[in-house]
Amino acid sequence: MSLLQIRNLTVEFATSSGSFRAVDGVDLSVDKGELLAIVGESGSGKSVSMLALMGLLPWTATITADEMSFEGRDLSGISARERRKIIGKDMAMIFQEPMSSLNPCFTVGFQIKEALRIHLGLNRKERHERAVELFDQVGIPAPESRLNTFPHQMSGGMNQRVVIAMAIACKPKLLIADEPTTALDVTIQAQILDLLIRLRDEHDMGLVLITHDMGVVAETAERVQVQYAGQKVEEQPVRDLFRTPRHPYTTALLSALPERATSKILPTIPGVVPGQFDRPKGCLFSPRCRFADATCAQTPPTPHAEGFGKARCHHVEKIAAGELV
Amino acid sequence: MTTPIVQAKDLARFYTVKGGLLSKPATVKALSGVDFDLQPGKTLAIVGESGCGKSTLARLITMIEEPTSGSLTINGVDIIPSQWSKMRETVQIVFQDPYSSLNPRQRIGQILQEPLIINRPQMTAADRETQARKMIEMVGLRPEHYDRYPHMFSGGQRQRIAIARALMLDPKVLVLDEPVSALDVSIQSQILNLLVDLQERLNLAYLFISHDLSVVRHFADDVIVMYLGRAVEKGPKEQLFAAPRHPYSKALLSTTPRADPDARKERIKLEGELPSPMNIPKGCAFAQRCWLVTDQCRQTLPELDDETHQVACLHPLF
Repeated sequence: MSLLQIRNLTVEFATSSGSFRAVDGVDLSVDKGELLAIVGESGSGKSVSMLALMGLLPWTATITADEMSFEGRDLSGISARERRKIIGKDMAMIFQEPMSSLNPCFTVGFQIKEALRIHLGLNRKERHERAVELFDQVGIPAPESRLNTFPHQMSGGMNQRVVIAMAIACKPKLLIADEPTTALDVTIQAQILDLLIRLRDEHDMGLVLITHDMGVVAETAERVQVQYAGQKVEEQPVRDLFRTPRHPYTTALLSALPERATSKILPTIPGVVPGQFDRPKGCLFSPRCRFADATCAQTPPTPHAEGFGKARCHHVEKIAAGELV
Repeated sequence: MTTPIVQAKDLARFYTVKGGLLSKPATVKALSGVDFDLQPGKTLAIVGESGCGKSTLARLITMIEEPTSGSLTINGVDIIPSQWSKMRETVQIVFQDPYSSLNPRQRIGQILQEPLIINRPQMTAADRETQARKMIEMVGLRPEHYDRYPHMFSGGQRQRIAIARALMLDPKVLVLDEPVSALDVSIQSQILNLLVDLQERLNLAYLFISHDLSVVRHFADDVIVMYLGRAVEKGPKEQLFAAPRHPYSKALLSTTPRADPDARKERIKLEGELPSPMNIPKGCAFAQRCWLVTDQCRQTLPELDDETHQVACLHPLF
């Protein structure tokens, strides 16, 4: 049994100009101790699907799923009160901007102890000891005195460590990291990624890493799923994905990276990600795809078998056989 | 060798921070002792983490601020505040975030004409429009975009508009302050290609400020690595990336994630963070985080040496 199992998740937002489908039939599963990366550009629905899981979307969102279970427990029909017992405790999330996800009015010590009080019911002394221990664990120097500082008194890297400490405070079984290093410098990014992997190994957590950075994916993940315009278009183990990407979008994305460039002019993907009003009828990538034909424009493709990276594309077999160049 | 379009010598910028009730006023040394030459048609990249003085350098080159000391020559003219208004049109800037750098109340046409209205007051409205429309085409936008507002465009298109605006006055130098870091990968490559193309056509000199080393490696000709307001290494791109001489550059290169799961991973983990620029340690600023540090490093401030591939380190790697 997977730790987290999601089948056919769809999230629609009611907007003043009609409904907008941000997540469209996404499947996802994470095992204990596994590191899954979700990669995609902005608007690919990677954050929204995780926020839906955490129950953090506004009331304008309609969430439907065939299955959404955590440790075998169904999350879709659960009440908000019940859900709050799970999120923050067994399932925790790290957000992108450490500066804006901490409350500027309270010391970081207060904020971390709040989670310990509510979920674990520790007394004052135990909370303090645990907070110091957590700060030490995430590599914050002088933890005892740092507990009394406010977020604005620390750097971005330190604040991100505080946020991570808060997320792992109750020893969660699943940790979702939404672009945890995007706002940070590369040397700090390396420290934070190492920390996340170390914590995963120590606690045998499932870890979902949401990112748009292919470099981060290549260096950390084990299994990768690629999302485009709200759909999962491909899923493969990390080495296979970088060696033989199946979906034309993944291929194009990888070859657009400057570090893979062979000449001064980079290969590009023409056009932009479809929005609310120009969503294609068939394959969502078809307007930008160099292999697209009449079928692609008309019929939405279904995911292929495991061997073809579960790619959502009509022509995967032909492309793999080299018939389409 | 052609004459450089921008020459900076020993450029420095200090800020004074007012003291509070109990603390004394302090000096922030945002930038000190930076030298470089920028040739027409070439790209010089400035690399470093936040707080290293990259943006301060951009503010000096674009004549937004006056250097505390040192000299700056652009196109053979000494840049002093009395020359600013005349010289500003030679140097233009493209900012990082195209969502906040365009006025949401102006149409694209107006945005592009504004530099002309200010700097070429004698120009007729019809001429301005022709120029703006020509520029729209040059940066790969469509003629009908002329009458639209910024909110109707995607990030990549907005960055094209920002580039078009910067080019309206026919500048010789373009300062690119992280021009692609706010964009998605597929859009990033479109903008980089546009910049390469414009550089070839217009013989522009680029000062490219970035923290993304894979973009710099692709795009730049020469690179300066900065740490806490000082250049620690400077050289041609090929040499610097193939064999970094400063320990900091080496660490920076090794921590940049590479999109290749099979690549050898020899990450050099730097401990700690940048020291505060208000309180720069004596000796080498990198000494606290360096794994090759000796007592001498904590005493003597290293200067850039005289090789073509320069380094400011007492114990260079090569």
